[in-house]
Amino acid sequence: MKILVAVKRVVDYNVKVRVKADGSDVDTQGVKMSINPFDENAIEEAIRLKEKGIASEIVAVCIGNAAHQDVLRHALAMGADRAVLVENESEVQPLAVAKLLKAVVEKEQPQLILLGKQAVDDDAGQVGQMLAALLDYPQGTFASAIEIAGNEATVTREVDGGTETLALQLPAVVTTDLRLNAPRFVKLPNLMMAKKKIIETLAANTLSDDITPRVRLLRVAEPPARKAGIKVNSVTELLEKLRAHEGISL
Amino acid sequence: MSTTANKTLILAEHDGRSLSEGVYHAVAAAAFWNQPVELLVLGHDANSIAQAAATIQGVSRVIYSDSTAFAHTLAEDAAKLISQLGRDYSVILAAHSAFSRNILPRAAALLDVAMISDVLEIQANQTYVRAVYAGNIYTTVQSSDTLQILTIHSSRFPQAARTQAPAEIDTIAALPATPASRWVSEFRSQSERPPLSSAKVVISGGRSLGSAEHFEQILAPLASKLGAALGATRAAVDAGFAPNDIQVGQTGVTVAPELYIAVGVSGAVQHTYGMKDSKVVVAINQDPDAPIFQVADYGLVGDLFEVVPSLTASIQSQP
Ligand SMILES: Cc1cc2nc3c(=O)[nH]c(=O)nc-3n(C[C@H](O)[C@H](O)[C@H](O)COP(=O)(O)OP(=O)(O)OC[C@H]3O[C@@H](n4cnc5c(N)ncnc54)[C@H](O)[C@@H]3O)c2cc1C
Repeated sequence: MKILVAVKRVVDYNVKVRVKADGSDVDTQGVKMSINPFDENAIEEAIRLKEKGIASEIVAVCIGNAAHQDVLRHALAMGADRAVLVENESEVQPLAVAKLLKAVVEKEQPQLILLGKQAVDDDAGQVGQMLAALLDYPQGTFASAIEIAGNEATVTREVDGGTETLALQLPAVVTTDLRLNAPRFVKLPNLMMAKKKIIETLAANTLSDDITPRVRLLRVAEPPARKAGIKVNSVTELLEKLRAHEGISL
Repeated sequence: MSTTANKTLILAEHDGRSLSEGVYHAVAAAAFWNQPVELLVLGHDANSIAQAAATIQGVSRVIYSDSTAFAHTLAEDAAKLISQLGRDYSVILAAHSAFSRNILPRAAALLDVAMISDVLEIQANQTYVRAVYAGNIYTTVQSSDTLQILTIHSSRFPQAARTQAPAEIDTIAALPATPASRWVSEFRSQSERPPLSSAKVVISGGRSLGSAEHFEQILAPLASKLGAALGATRAAVDAGFAPNDIQVGQTGVTVAPELYIAVGVSGAVQHTYGMKDSKVVVAINQDPDAPIFQVADYGLVGDLFEVVPSLTASIQSQP
């Protein structure tokens, strides 16, 4: 079974992003970039399925310019077999990403497509569901457990109020939650080896002719800060303050 | 498009017993467009839900699709139905939740619409404010699609009232269920406490509680005195101290109660994204420099294992 894993390059989640002086966008100049954390869970899961003898080949795919090769190399170093860069210089939004990935799926014919449930930059959480729609494949979103038996994937999903388990006929799209697994650390020798691997490329405009952004960014700003709070010295003082200033009597 | 569709459709979430609070927020948000608002209820034997939906003020019609397939509303079936109805509307929205996040992006792709997730503010027609980078940045974005599909951040919108004059309910036929996806089972966390997303008081515990037993022993007595819901950080959930559905934050639930008490929570942005809109925030942490104090109205530096029991002992039980 072939697994396709989609990975996104994002500002590292430890970085506190800043707004550009003119408020036109966030400033990503010189900022540390990394693989989207949820996508790391997706690669890890694919590798575990391969280690169990269920998957035979793992293909990682990323959309972006040459700089995006680093997250593909990260995927290769973790254990992906092949990497495909869909070359595109400009911004791509979730619907466009889904259209490009659909074309890649049609070329690669994987049985399982794994994606992170959301990206920590735009927090949209749409691509997996959109891709499943365009392919007319079943979907299992926010997965915290995946089991494959024969032609079926059993997916446990984290939902509001608990969990839900679905059985999906393959091929299927599954989006991963952080609790699905703990991604392995990349070992330096593996990274060195991954640097030597060839990254295949596809030109975005050969895959879809409809990837122009539909949503325009008008401006960005820091959110209004909460008013500065105070420190209290005791439980008694806390209760007094809540009563006197907030009208909360406990 | 040949005709102008000027109606709003709201995907109404429910658990088979009652409508989600988010539906009332979504109806209030829809008032912005000043056009008829229709609610779509998908369910099985859910007549009482459809009736409740009809009594929300501002709703002009309820569309109810009763099907065994909707006993567990799979995204494949729901999205297909929405995509068939969709072109009669200029706006399709829902409250942002695991339910809508599962279904609406799929429907949007079928309708070839670029969806806008988790809208904080509707500024103008097709112009929205939404957060990115775990709430660190607010963006103002403008959509170019004729049909707008969005989810709203419930706590940023008021709740619609109920009316004595219910709207009409139209029952529509369901489509054949997608065979490729099958519901197997579900696990619902049992709790005597109020639901997290609508509780007036939320007490959240972090990794520092140390174990599932401590999490319960330390926090539950305070919660029961305050009639509060319990929340948790991701670290506490990952460690198995608390169930996944009470994780507050970027990748969990967002809450905006009257009072939020953070107990042994460091205050990572991924966590504060989910609680920053709370009215009053109290933080209890032994580290005076913990980032949580930057979003707290009242900070108490101390050992939670002493402070929380003492707090519990000092307050009167709620009637
Ligand atoms: C992609 C991504 C998504 C994430 N999504 C979420 C999310 O949705 N929600 C979320 O919560 N996190 C999320 N996280 C994790 C987040 O970054 C933090 O790691 C997490 O919130 C920390 O949890 P914590 O505060 O319990 O633990 P820690 O950061 O370890 O903090 C423990 C705190 O307890 C205090 N403490 C210790 N002992 C005591 C004591 N005896 N008395 C009082 N105080 C004490 C310490 O001073 C410290 O401040 C996400 C991370 C990533 C990478």
